Amino acid sequence: MLQGDKMSKLLVKDKEVVVPGEILAEGMDNLPGVGTYRDENEIVAGRLGLTYIDGRTIKLIPLSGKYTPKRNDVIICKVIDINFSGWRVDTNSAYSAMLSMKDATSAYIQKGADLTQYYNLGEYIVANVTNVTSQKLVDITMKGPGLHKLKGGRIISVSPYKVPRIIGKQGSMVSMLKKATNCRIIVGQNGLVWIEGEPDKELLVEKTIRKIEEESHLAGLTDRIQRFLEKETNIKLG
Amino acid sequence: MDEDLKKHVVMLLGSDKRLDGRKPLEYRKPIKAEYGFTKTAEGSAKVNIGETEVMVGIKMEVGEPYPDKPDAGTIIVGAELLPLSNPDFEGGPPGIQAIELARIVDRGIRESKTIDFEKLCIKEGEKVWLILIDIVTLNDSGNLFDASALAAYAALQNTVFPEFDGEKVDYGEKTNKKLDLKNIPLSVTVCKIGDKFIVDPTTEEEKVIDARLTVATIEDGTLCALQKGGEFPLTQEEILKMIDIGVERGKELRGVLKNG
Amino acid sequence: MVYKKRLDNRKADETRLVEAKVGVIKRADGSAYFKFGNTWAYAAVYGPRNLYPRFLQDPSKGILRCNYNMMPFSSRGERVRPGGSRRAKEISMVTEKALLPVLDLNEYPNSVVDVFIELPETEAGSRTAGINAASMALADAGLLMKDLICSVSVGRVDDKLLVDLDYLEESYEDGPVADVPIAFLPKSGRIALLQMDGLVSKEQLAKLIEMGREACKKIYDVQKKALKDKYKVAGDIDG
Repeated sequence: MLQGDKMSKLLVKDKEVVVPGEILAEGMDNLPGVGTYRDENEIVAGRLGLTYIDGRTIKLIPLSGKYTPKRNDVIICKVIDINFSGWRVDTNSAYSAMLSMKDATSAYIQKGADLTQYYNLGEYIVANVTNVTSQKLVDITMKGPGLHKLKGGRIISVSPYKVPRIIGKQGSMVSMLKKATNCRIIVGQNGLVWIEGEPDKELLVEKTIRKIEEESHLAGLTDRIQRFLEKETNIKLG
Repeated sequence: MDEDLKKHVVMLLGSDKRLDGRKPLEYRKPIKAEYGFTKTAEGSAKVNIGETEVMVGIKMEVGEPYPDKPDAGTIIVGAELLPLSNPDFEGGPPGIQAIELARIVDRGIRESKTIDFEKLCIKEGEKVWLILIDIVTLNDSGNLFDASALAAYAALQNTVFPEFDGEKVDYGEKTNKKLDLKNIPLSVTVCKIGDKFIVDPTTEEEKVIDARLTVATIEDGTLCALQKGGEFPLTQEEILKMIDIGVERGKELRGVLKNG
Repeated sequence: MVYKKRLDNRKADETRLVEAKVGVIKRADGSAYFKFGNTWAYAAVYGPRNLYPRFLQDPSKGILRCNYNMMPFSSRGERVRPGGSRRAKEISMVTEKALLPVLDLNEYPNSVVDVFIELPETEAGSRTAGINAASMALADAGLLMKDLICSVSVGRVDDKLLVDLDYLEESYEDGPVADVPIAFLPKSGRIALLQMDGLVSKEQLAKLIEMGREACKKIYDVQKKALKDKYKVAGDIDG
C-alpha cells in the first residue's frame, strides 16, 4: 500500500508472538492499539504479547502478567483481615479489596455484630468488584446473584489472561468441563478457579485447565479439549 | 482455605490420593541430578524434584583445625532460601528456616561418616581442608529438605581438590583427586497429615502438615540422622512407622545418585 | 608483550558463547537466565505486588527494586561470603537504573516490581549478563515495556578494542586495560548503562560504544528468540 512517498507495511501476521521493542508496522496506515505505541514512522510492541489485527488497528493480547482489579469483574478472594467496618480480602493481585458491612449480605448486619460469623479469616468468597480508584483502592460487594462464600472443594491459580479461554464463548468451555466431570466450577476473572466434585474428577478438571492454559493461543482449542475430555471420561460431549 | 484445604487433603488421603493425583508415598517426577553445573566450584550439583530446584556448590579452603580435633578437617554447611525461589522469601541473613535446612543436611553428612575427616588433615594442629557446602534454592515448589540433601551429597561426589602448594590454594588448578566417600547418606522427609503419611510434599501440602520427620540413612539402611519438625507431637508407633517409610523410600531415591 | 590474539581465539567483535532461556523459575511471575561463556545469571521477577513498609510506596507509580547477588560458589577464587557486598549493592542500583527507562509503572501505584538476579557462575561480565536476564524476565512477567534492554562489556586491552572481555582480559597486566559495561535500548540506540574502569581515550570510547551497540543488536535477537521459544508450539500437541 502506498501513501504519498512512504510505504506502509504490516510486518507481522495475526496471532504472532512479539517482544517489547519489536517493530509491528511501518508507515501511517495502521493504528496503534492497546499494548502498542507509535514511534514516528513505526508501530512498536509495548509489551510481550500476541498480535491481534483488528482492521487497521494492531493490538497486543497479553500472554502473561498479574491480575489488575477491574470494575464489574467477578473474582474469588480470600479474607485476610477483619476490622470493625468490614473485611479486607486478597484479590490475587498487588491490591487488596475492601468489603464493607453494608455490601456484605442482603440481610442487615447489626452494628457490633461478630463479623467472623459471616466471613472468617482464611475463607474464600466469590465477589463482584464495584469500584477501583486511580490509586487502586478496590471495593467489592457480596450482594448479587452467584456471589457467596465457598465451602469445600479446592482452589487453583491460573494466568488471568487465560480466563477467557477457560470460560469460552458464552461459557461454552467451562460448561463442557462441568458436563464431562460433574464438578461445580467457578472461574474468577482474577485467575483463581474453584473446583468441587469427586476427587478424581477434580483432578481431571485441573489437568484440563492446565492443558487449556498451555494451548490457549493455538487454533482448534475447543475441539482438542473436547476430544481430550471424551477420551478421559468416555462421555460423548459433542 | 487452609482449614478447608486440610479437610480436602485429609479426605483425599482417605482414598490414598493426593491433590496432584500421586499416591501418598510417591515422589514427584522427574527427579534429576545434574553434576558440575558450574566451573567455579570445586564440586557442584543441581537437583530437581518435580518443579523444586536446588543448587549446591562446594568450595574447599585451607584453614586451622578446631582445637579439640587438631588432626581433622570438617564440613561447614550453609543454606540460603533465595527470594528468587519463592515470593514469600525475604532477603537478608538466613532465618531459622534456612538454618534448620543447613543443619539437617549437615547432620546427614557428618553422622554418616561419609567423609573421613582425618584424611582432610594437611598438617596436624595447623592446616586442614575445610569443605564449604552452600545450598541455594532456585525454585521452591515444596520439599526443599530432600532436594537440598540430595544436591549436597551429589555435589560431594563431584568434588575435586584444588591445588595447594603448602601456602596458598590455587583455585585455577584443579587436581584429579576426588573426595574419598563411603556410606553415602540419603534423606527422606516423611510428613503426617491427619493420620496418614506422605513423602515429597508440594507447597500446598506443606501448609497443612501436622508433623514431619526427616530420616537420613546410609546404604545398608542404618539411620544416621533424624529431625522432627512441625507443631504436633508424634507417638512412638508413628515415629517407627515414619522411619520405616524413610528407609524404604531412601533405597529408591539412591538410584538418582550415580556411583562415584 | 602486546596483546595480539584473544586468548580464546575470538574475533575482536565476538562475544563468548551466548545462551538464553525464559521461564526457568516456575514460582516467579517472570524469569530467565542469560550466559556469556562461563558467566551465568538467573533473573526472577515478582510483581507488581504489595510493598511494605508503607513509606516506600509511591502513590503515582510502582517502584522497581533490583537485587544482584553472587552465589557463594560462583567465583573463580575463594568462596563469596553471603550477605552482599558494596559492589553488589552498586550493581543492584545501576541495574535498576538501566531497566527503568523501558518500563511503564504508572499502572501500578503503591506497588513494587522486584527483580532478583542470582549468579551461579561468574567470569567477567556478570552485571551485563544480569541485565540481559532481567530484561527478559520483566517481559516474561507481562509488564508494559517499550523495548528490551541489552547489555555487554566492551573494552580495551593494549591497543585492541574488544567486545565481551573475559576474566583473563579484564585482569591483563602487560598493558593498559579498560572495562566498559554498557547497556542499550536496542530500538533507539540510547544508552541506559555506562561505566568505565581503566584507561581509554575519547576516540577509543566512541568506537567502543559503536561496537557495543552492534553486539547488542545480536543480543536482542537472542533475547527475542528466547522469549518467543517459551510461547511457541512444542511438537505435536494433539491429544
